[in-house]
Amino acid sequence: MRHHARIAVGPVQFRIGSDWAAPVAALRQLYAGYPPDDARPADATVRLFAARPWRRVLRPAVHIGGDFVVPDALPLPLSMGLLAAEMGMNLQVALGWRRHMLLHASAVARGGRALIMSGESGSGKSTLAALLGEGDWRLMGDEFTLIDPASGDALAFPRAVSLKNEAIGEMAARVDAARLGPLMAGTPKGDIRHLIPRADAIAAMHEPARPALLIFPRFGGVPAIEPMGEGEAFVRLTEASTNYVALGEAGFAALTRLVRETPAFGVSYPDSASGIALVEQLWAEAAR
Amino acid sequence: MADTRYRAAPAEALRIEALGELTAIFDRRSMQTHLVVAPMPELLAMMGDAPCSAEALAARLAEQFDLDGEGDAAAIVAERLAELAALGLVARA
Repeated sequence: MRHHARIAVGPVQFRIGSDWAAPVAALRQLYAGYPPDDARPADATVRLFAARPWRRVLRPAVHIGGDFVVPDALPLPLSMGLLAAEMGMNLQVALGWRRHMLLHASAVARGGRALIMSGESGSGKSTLAALLGEGDWRLMGDEFTLIDPASGDALAFPRAVSLKNEAIGEMAARVDAARLGPLMAGTPKGDIRHLIPRADAIAAMHEPARPALLIFPRFGGVPAIEPMGEGEAFVRLTEASTNYVALGEAGFAALTRLVRETPAFGVSYPDSASGIALVEQLWAEAAR
Repeated sequence: MADTRYRAAPAEALRIEALGELTAIFDRRSMQTHLVVAPMPELLAMMGDAPCSAEALAARLAEQFDLDGEGDAAAIVAERLAELAALGLVARA
């Protein structure tokens, strides 16, 4: 690979190699404030490569590779090389990570206690976490949260926040433009723009937080809060975990403990402001 | 069949955790997680190590929960045992 970068996000040390300079340069810019940890060996390798040598220059198309590959993933145009790199980083963690239970969930922390929000794409978990992270919460991650099977603690994975569609305008109005990456319009996931987490969130990325509240947000409908039983939270989180099965009994133990010790709620909300209000209300009334 | 005899998975093979109305059972042999509701965990607990039939289990259930010996209890227990067998949590003895 002609171009390389090493990036540490939470406990994961990435090595990224690319046939092109642009995606690596864009990554370096997004992750410039993340403390490097080059002494450690890389945990995950991401490769962005051209299918044929001439495709580096002629209609360049970026294939995503690494320790794990999705065989039928379509290549992306070079203009979306940064997206390809981010997707590659997510993929390597989702498929390869074994040290912690990986939840497809966003998380924010306050006073050493974590609020974990799990939901499918479109639930608004990423936007809610990004908005809370601009207030008096520490953003732990917008996409993945790691649970340490030994301690039960939540660990941060604060990669650059992937803002999509309407969330781009909502966040751009609030933050310094220097914290925003390039706008990638018309990707397979819609418009995407990355947001660099606040410096204090990056500085604290190795600090674990105790899970205190589990929320399953659903965007749309009238504002509503519904308590969720341990069994349903367990089922939903097994579905939200990318490595539950691979972890075996350690994953089972970590998840049963998480749902037993952490109050869980389903939350419906029609807009970000009411979502934030419901989250803050639950945190005040129900967080452990 | 109510007189088919089953044996529960050895206790050390299962990790059973009650989660409200559901019970999560991790089977160390298959590495699979099963989610079940009553009376499955109660049946497993009642079976112990020895092979037993649905009739015998239904009788024990009736005794433990002070039920009348209603006629179809054994048939219902037989159905649940067949379901537990499909999950691999009990096996025909």
